[in-house]
Amino acid sequence: MSATTANARSAGTLARTWAKVRLLRESPVGMVGAFLVVFWIVVAILAPWIAPYDPNASNMDALADPGPSAVNWLGTDNQGRDILSRIMWGSRTVLGVAPVAVLIAYTIGCFMGLLAGYYRGWVDQLVNRIADIILSFPAIVLYIIVIMRLGPSAFNVVMAVVFIASPQIIRIVRGMTLELREQDYVAAAKMRGESALYIMLAEILPNARGPLIVDACLRMGYTTITIGVLGFLGLGLPPPAPDWGGMVKDTYAMMTIYPHMALFPALSITSLVVGFSLLADGIREISLKD
Amino acid sequence: MLAFLGKRLASLIFTMLAVSILVFVAFEFTPGQVARKVLGPFATQDQVDQLTEKMGLNRPVIERYFEWLGHTLSGNLGYSTLFKTDVNNIIWGRLGNTLLLAAIAFVIIVVFSIVFGIAAGMREGSKLDRVISVSSIVTTSVPEFASGVFLASIFVIWLNLLPGTSPLDPGGEWSIPSQLVLPVAVMVLYDLGYVVRMVRASMVEVMTKPYIRTAVLKGLSFRQVILKHALRNAMIAPFTVILLQINYLVTGVVVVEAVFAYPGFGRMLLESALAQDVATVEAASLFAVFVTVSTQILGDLGYMYLNPRIRFS
Repeated sequence: MSATTANARSAGTLARTWAKVRLLRESPVGMVGAFLVVFWIVVAILAPWIAPYDPNASNMDALADPGPSAVNWLGTDNQGRDILSRIMWGSRTVLGVAPVAVLIAYTIGCFMGLLAGYYRGWVDQLVNRIADIILSFPAIVLYIIVIMRLGPSAFNVVMAVVFIASPQIIRIVRGMTLELREQDYVAAAKMRGESALYIMLAEILPNARGPLIVDACLRMGYTTITIGVLGFLGLGLPPPAPDWGGMVKDTYAMMTIYPHMALFPALSITSLVVGFSLLADGIREISLKD
Repeated sequence: MLAFLGKRLASLIFTMLAVSILVFVAFEFTPGQVARKVLGPFATQDQVDQLTEKMGLNRPVIERYFEWLGHTLSGNLGYSTLFKTDVNNIIWGRLGNTLLLAAIAFVIIVVFSIVFGIAAGMREGSKLDRVISVSSIVTTSVPEFASGVFLASIFVIWLNLLPGTSPLDPGGEWSIPSQLVLPVAVMVLYDLGYVVRMVRASMVEVMTKPYIRTAVLKGLSFRQVILKHALRNAMIAPFTVILLQINYLVTGVVVVEAVFAYPGFGRMLLESALAQDVATVEAASLFAVFVTVSTQILGDLGYMYLNPRIRFS
């Protein structure tokens, strides 16, 4: 294939993707979700420039009256740190860790799911058994064991999320592969003598993308919740890294006196997860219209 | 039926064995670490070696695994370094408290999800359907610790109607039932939306079936069609999903109990993990997995009972 046709082809794909994105305007719920997600992505990118203070700098003078004021718009926390700045930097934690974890989980999940669904037989049995065993743990028990053994750090949070999300993705991809491998275009590719790897990656996977995109978007939301929960339980990032769940944990005991300290980070994480969920619903809605 | 049950039981035993190996390896593979944990960071290497020898921890892993498995099966769950007593003395009371919390939440989730799911699914695309669907997406998207913060702000700080912590002290300022309200509410809020969507999806599908059209055409009122024809059939598919929520409840209690300082199984698991109390974490995780796996089997059996097409094939 010449370079020009390849370019034209990718331009065509780009145009079609953009047309799909524009379709989202027909779903008001999806638009709200997209707005929330884009808002937090922009905040995370711009955090170093728009955050008014250093997220870890304590202002002891503010401790006397930590409530929201003209100086600290959302007030300060129990150590006199500016909550607005910590929330802005905290969005970097979530939006840095969650996509990496989901991406790695998807790479493993798609690969194993394709193998299991395409080859069936003992490969399928083996993959399924392993997935069954991991899925038989309530997720939190696995998180606790993994973090307890490996210690709290961003890398270990990613590892824990990958460990638990991959079997679920394997299940989804395997199910779709079982269905798609019977399609005519797969038979045609086999007839042409394409390799099994090519068939899995170029014929089956692209045709499974619809439900996978919706699932990935939902999963970003779940992963955000997981990162928040781990932070809240004291299993997330070690202090003083700004982390929404950890911020709630540190200030929850003071809620009766200073509710704003826990309320603002709780509102932040909620709005981001709601954003992902509504966006996923919007994508599902427009994909049903095709 | 019997063959199926036997197969499922065999798979239960296999899974539990695999899980027990995983848990054992995760915690006790390197022998020095156990003695180090018991003695603390200030003990000399000599002392650690001595205790390792004394506890028989330098024997082969396989031998120690089977010894540990034997002890666990015979009900000896080991000594908790955090609670300074046998795990058996602590775990059952905590389980009772959690069972109370989870049972109330479960009943409420089942009742409400059926009501809302049927209401949304009986007229797909109606205003009621949109409102229920979108609100169930929103409520499942609120992390439990965040909804704990929101509910506490409203009912504890602003209205002063409920207690902010639930230590289950009978002599305290607040009655036991009032201490249960917020923990139950947080669990229901988080989980309800998911089950509602499952019931709704099943109801939507049932409403397109020919027997519903027949019932409508033979002049039954809408109410009768829903109650007599749709409801029963719409409940078959979500049955498994509803039972699987017991799995979520196990996870949910860890966070909820941490939020409200509730003296349950979940908080015990978290605290013992943070304190590196290996025996308690091992017992708790095995128990949690056992609950999960046996619920799955119950789900399969119930599904077979409800759906004759599977039972007789």
